[in-house]
Amino acid sequence: MSTQASRSAARLMLSPAVLILLVWMIVPLVLTLWFSFQRYNLLTPDRSGFIGFANYAEFVTSPAFWLAILNTLLLVLGVLVITVVGGILIALLIDQPLWGQGIVRILVISPFFIMPPVAALIWKNMFFNPSNGLFAEAAKAIGMRPFDFLGQAPLASIILIVAWQWLPFATLILLTALQSLDSERLEAAEMDGANAWNRFRFIMVPHLARAITVVVLIQTIFLLGILVEILVTTNGGPGNQSTTLTYLVYQEAILSSDVGAAAAGGVVAVILANIVAVFLMRAIGNNLDS
Amino acid sequence: MGQITLSGVTKRFGETEVIPPLDLNIEDGEFVVFVGPSGCGKSTLLRLIAGLEDTTAGHISIDGKDATGLPPAKRGLAMVFQSYALYPHMTVRKNIAFPLRMAGMAKDEQDRRVEAAAKVLNLTSYLDRRPGQLSGGQRQRVAIGRAIVREPAAFLFDEPLSNLDAALRVGMRLEISELHERLKTTMIYVTHDQVEAMTMADKIVVLNAGRIEQVGSPLELYRTPRNLFVAGFIGSPRMNLISGPEAARFDAHTIGIRPEHIGVHPTLGDWRGVVGVSEHLGSDTFFHVHETGLAESLTVRAGGEVPIRHGDTVFLTPDASKIHRFDQNGLRL
Amino acid sequence: MARAVSTSRKAVNTALAWGVALLIAFPILWTFLTSFKPEPQAVASPPVWFGFDWTVRNYVDVQNQRDYFDYFWNSVILALGSTALGLVIAIPAAWSMAFVPGRRTKDLLMWMLSTKMMPGVAVLVPIYLIFIQLGLLDTRIGLVVVLMLINLPIIVWMLYTYFREIPGEILEAARMDGASLGREILYVLTPMAIPGIASTVLLNIILAWNEAFWTIVLTTTNAAPLTKFISGFSSPQGLFYAKLSAASTMAIAPILIMGWFSQKQLVRGLTFGAVK
Repeated sequence: MSTQASRSAARLMLSPAVLILLVWMIVPLVLTLWFSFQRYNLLTPDRSGFIGFANYAEFVTSPAFWLAILNTLLLVLGVLVITVVGGILIALLIDQPLWGQGIVRILVISPFFIMPPVAALIWKNMFFNPSNGLFAEAAKAIGMRPFDFLGQAPLASIILIVAWQWLPFATLILLTALQSLDSERLEAAEMDGANAWNRFRFIMVPHLARAITVVVLIQTIFLLGILVEILVTTNGGPGNQSTTLTYLVYQEAILSSDVGAAAAGGVVAVILANIVAVFLMRAIGNNLDS
Repeated sequence: MGQITLSGVTKRFGETEVIPPLDLNIEDGEFVVFVGPSGCGKSTLLRLIAGLEDTTAGHISIDGKDATGLPPAKRGLAMVFQSYALYPHMTVRKNIAFPLRMAGMAKDEQDRRVEAAAKVLNLTSYLDRRPGQLSGGQRQRVAIGRAIVREPAAFLFDEPLSNLDAALRVGMRLEISELHERLKTTMIYVTHDQVEAMTMADKIVVLNAGRIEQVGSPLELYRTPRNLFVAGFIGSPRMNLISGPEAARFDAHTIGIRPEHIGVHPTLGDWRGVVGVSEHLGSDTFFHVHETGLAESLTVRAGGEVPIRHGDTVFLTPDASKIHRFDQNGLRL
Repeated sequence: MARAVSTSRKAVNTALAWGVALLIAFPILWTFLTSFKPEPQAVASPPVWFGFDWTVRNYVDVQNQRDYFDYFWNSVILALGSTALGLVIAIPAAWSMAFVPGRRTKDLLMWMLSTKMMPGVAVLVPIYLIFIQLGLLDTRIGLVVVLMLINLPIIVWMLYTYFREIPGEILEAARMDGASLGREILYVLTPMAIPGIASTVLLNIILAWNEAFWTIVLTTTNAAPLTKFISGFSSPQGLFYAKLSAASTMAIAPILIMGWFSQKQLVRGLTFGAVK
């Protein structure tokens, strides 16, 4: 399947996709790099020019920066842990023989189809609202004082919303992987004297490793970019308690109109994302090959 | 017409030379079989002729015209693949018509040719089915149908029978031979099965590690194998090979004698041995004789039913005129 | 073979699974229910379950306030347009990587996927400025291109995994039969890959429909899709739960229903072809 002709045809057909992705990546990145060394604030357009690393210094030394990094990590890790563990448990449950499996599946998958602003609005108003949200009502019903989720535990609340959005995805992938497990292998393990826990630990978990890898890879890609959920619910607050790196950059660009600082932040975010990417790709590339 | 000449054809994948420079001439109308163990380069050679792979060096000409750089479609060759490679989403009719459609042939001419091919191949009642609804043998015939409608200069077959069960394989073998008799078109057929090669070919090309070991008619290869590799590869069961003092008696490094050229007698003969496993096929009986002091085991064919049992001592006598002699390089003397 | 399970065991499984499933879907079900409540009953304490005065008033109000269908059509156009454009570019690319793989094919796929890791906010300002320069701000074509670009890596990856399951011999047969490259892809590869292409299309329509960063920051009215429509309800209208619920239902219903009906293809699509 490889003549010179087909190889050059392949190169030709591959190039549009590669080229536009390259342009899509490089052009904005170069502009961002350029801005990051400029004094460029939309509110004071008359003061401009090269200012070296001042934007970076300002961004990195701002009190919100390290908190934002921490929050970003907590958000990503928190959601990953909840969705993977929850996904495995739910997948194991749904995989059992039961009545109405089709409908159960539809119900479980549904949150995946909900657009982020809708998810955030529903949770913010109808569940988290401390005066008349459903959680407040539930607390009142059992005689407790309503808890102000978004005020007292903003990051955890956002993690809950995002985990709710991504749980179906993890569940479905893990369920698919589980169903592809040859039942003879489980029976062989049973014959070899493995109890239910050992069958799970030594047969199922290794079988699910690849699926878990895919879940982690794809979710991380999307989780690093989470913005709307924060924007709609807490605006990064109170204080900076739920500010992630993504939100911080957004804040500089839109709310402070400081393009220079936002660009510096963007470059930092890109570098961090790349560190995560390299890390992840290395780990996952190997796993996907096998 | 379908006269194909390879001159100095070479194929390298990176550093590894799969086919060292190779010359071969295939006459119009010939049925040529490329045979050899797996990995000998026979499929690669076929794909080079088809144009599915580039030659690293050398020239391929078809009917006197240089075809080395031509894309597969322009070479006027048709190919039947090992997996049949039918288009699963098209009916049998559309599968067979596909090359005609690609050539931009008029619709009614397409229909006429498809009907004719279907008739030849007994596919008429299956024309509106899809490949998934056909048996292995029928799929094979569709693949052949797709090849013959184009009226190609030559047919290329890449191990076409290896996915069929044994009984069907014998039937299809006859059908393909029959087809060749009728069409008189050049056919190049790749197989690892020397029985297929012996029964079908006008000319056999024995390949080993990309090199041509010998080219000749089936009986030439059987009677006068040029070297030890061909001697061992052609013929079933394999030729017995004996080296050492017994070979020296015949002025050779190694001698070979086919199972069918050894006589068996309970008390008289040149070589004494003990019978191990014997295989009774009804028409023939094969004995595996051990402890002869010549080779680990000698295979002997006896016609019909012979009252010899496991553990019996027997005497073997080779037919001296049928002994093949080879030198220390394995070449025929 | 799975062994037969006792009825009581199955009943317990069923109860548990339904419980979990209803819990997960509860926010959606509750939103749907609330959308039919009169506004006072929507915020009643304690909450009203079914015994309220059912009404479609909220839907009418929402439609009168902001024209739902303008946003809806924009969503449809953006989702379909970006997916179609993505396919046109991704099919040849996936063909190349699946059937003429090189030493760097895996790296290339990984690189494509890694472009998705670039945070959108990091390049927001440059993209915004470029859009102004090119007059693409708040235009459908601009958004179609951006959504195509952000989903292209996933489209390529998915198609690649599907194409790899198609035996190369069939494409070689087409080549021997005289098909040009274009016809080989059009008449042989594409029809054979229909199931894979279908789940790719489905997943990308969903991702494009729900994309809520670029669609919000790069549009104002003309090209604004449902994500923008719903953002308008963040505050203070968000306090009107019934209307918020009606608007939410309108925004998510089309894709939710489509998702339900195409569940089978989606399962494979959701795994991006990497898990079978």
